Amino acid sequence: MDERLAAALARLRERFPEAVSEPSEEFGEVSVDVARERLPEVAEWLRDEFPFEMLADLSAVDYLGVLPPERRFLVALHLTSLRHVLRLRLRVWVPEGDERCPTVTGVWPVAGWFEREAYDFFGVVFEGHPDLVRILMPEDWEGHPQRKDYPLGAASVRYLGAPVPPPEERGEPSTTTGYPGRFR
Amino acid sequence: MSAREVWAQGGDWSRAVEAAGEDRIIVNLGPQHPSTHGVLRIVIELDGETVIGCRPVVGYLHTGIEKNTEVRNWVQGCAFVTRMDYLSPFFNELAYSLSVEKLLGIEAPPRAQAIRVLLCELNRISSHVVYLATGGMELGALSAMLYGFRERETVLDIFEAITGLRMNHAFIRPGGVALDVPGDALGRIAEFVEDFPHRVDDYEDLLTDNPIWLERNRGIGVLGARDCAALGVTGPVLRAAGVPWDLRRAQPYCGYENYEFEVPVAETADCLGRYAVRIREMRESIRIVDQAARGLLPGPVMVEDPKIAWPSRLSLGPDGIGNSPDYIRTIMGESMEALIHHFKLVTEGFRVPAGEVYVPVESPRGELGFHVVSTGEARPWRVHVRDPSFVNLQALPAMAVGGLIADVIATVASLDPVMGGCDR
Repeated sequence: MDERLAAALARLRERFPEAVSEPSEEFGEVSVDVARERLPEVAEWLRDEFPFEMLADLSAVDYLGVLPPERRFLVALHLTSLRHVLRLRLRVWVPEGDERCPTVTGVWPVAGWFEREAYDFFGVVFEGHPDLVRILMPEDWEGHPQRKDYPLGAASVRYLGAPVPPPEERGEPSTTTGYPGRFR
Repeated sequence: MSAREVWAQGGDWSRAVEAAGEDRIIVNLGPQHPSTHGVLRIVIELDGETVIGCRPVVGYLHTGIEKNTEVRNWVQGCAFVTRMDYLSPFFNELAYSLSVEKLLGIEAPPRAQAIRVLLCELNRISSHVVYLATGGMELGALSAMLYGFRERETVLDIFEAITGLRMNHAFIRPGGVALDVPGDALGRIAEFVEDFPHRVDDYEDLLTDNPIWLERNRGIGVLGARDCAALGVTGPVLRAAGVPWDLRRAQPYCGYENYEFEVPVAETADCLGRYAVRIREMRESIRIVDQAARGLLPGPVMVEDPKIAWPSRLSLGPDGIGNSPDYIRTIMGESMEALIHHFKLVTEGFRVPAGEVYVPVESPRGELGFHVVSTGEARPWRVHVRDPSFVNLQALPAMAVGGLIADVIATVASLDPVMGGCDR
């Protein structure tokens, strides 16, 4: 790990002892887990002190069936330091049934559309977001399509006037994909 | 209900007008308007001709590519991601392949890396000439469109000679590239390298000193370096604000550290600066293409590992295409192991170690990043794409508000968004 980053993360852990985990390095990428409630403070500290001027990416991952329900959703933030040419991943775990996460739009305005996207596809509610509405799916869409319990092609469609049921009601499951009706 | 609330819900046109009151005009641009670069909708609130509110509405081209990659194997993902940003398909494939390779802990052989650089830089040129073509057309410079698309055709013909397809190639794969470059393609590339700098001179003759072009672009759509960082804006827009941030230089991949090229910057942070940056980038790209083509060493174009490399050798059979007879002879008659590898790869695909990576590359529009999560299966658990068009479009209100409505067009053109990438 880069020395400047290691030093900064040590200071970060001193400043927020309960909120920030030990940094881990995998595939040459450094991640820290951040306690959900303290995310905006930690983000602001990193932006101003290191500095991580840019939030390159924010997205969510649904770990349904892989991790326990209290770690069902991961909100991953990828920070970029233009000055030091370094990157850092912040990981925030969001439990099932309580899909809330504080917004970082006040720290990096770019989070606005990223958080709308994560809300749209995963149903994670970013509290304090000024304008949390769907962005890519139609505004009257029901459900959050990139959740793992939302099957691919679940929308019932009409074809030449005859309603076509969703794939899981059409026939036997395909062994290739686990989802019914594909690859047959 | 106020106009702002209506927009926040992406709302209905008549409700937006009603809510705006009498002294404001709401103009709905798109979703199918010739100067919105695809299916983009922009709702603009006007006081006279001055823009006092602006909201891009996206999502019309959403095709669920991220979700689809989760039910296909790792190699099939290439065929999906290449369709996102259709003006720069090689960059999508490259970033995806690099992220899978990072998870696998492998690196493509040198010849494959050079071919990737070659294709990507040609692709950067073909994308930037479309920026010139459509951007020029939107500001009334119709001849720029004819010239831009002419050169794009030349590049697409080279792509066709190499990959068999003009767009959506799925040619860069995890572990290398699908096929070697055919002999005649290098001759065509050399011709293009010879010819293209003169074509850039032509564009500059048409536009650089053109008073109308200057008037429409100078001081328009200004976004300074600090705002760019806050809004995550990258690529030519950031470099036009004076920040020499180019991932090919900052965090090199595919051996970019071995090529000689400049990172052009401009100080004006306006549409004209972005034009100047892109013109100079095309000249730099052609230098890189030249270096990559000349430095192409013989060797394999795919990793040797039979558990990852696609096994078959294609040849032209009586049915048009098929496996070569030699290869069939090997797997059916000589090597049981080769047959097993073939069967495994074709039916299931390879497995990728669990973990997550974020791999960014410098696409013509900025940072194209792939956040790929694997749980150790033969399919990705999650693929998230940070597309530069998506992020840069969010900054449109910051550039357009306070300007004139006609300048919104110039500003959108200077961002060069591709909606297929934005909406995915």
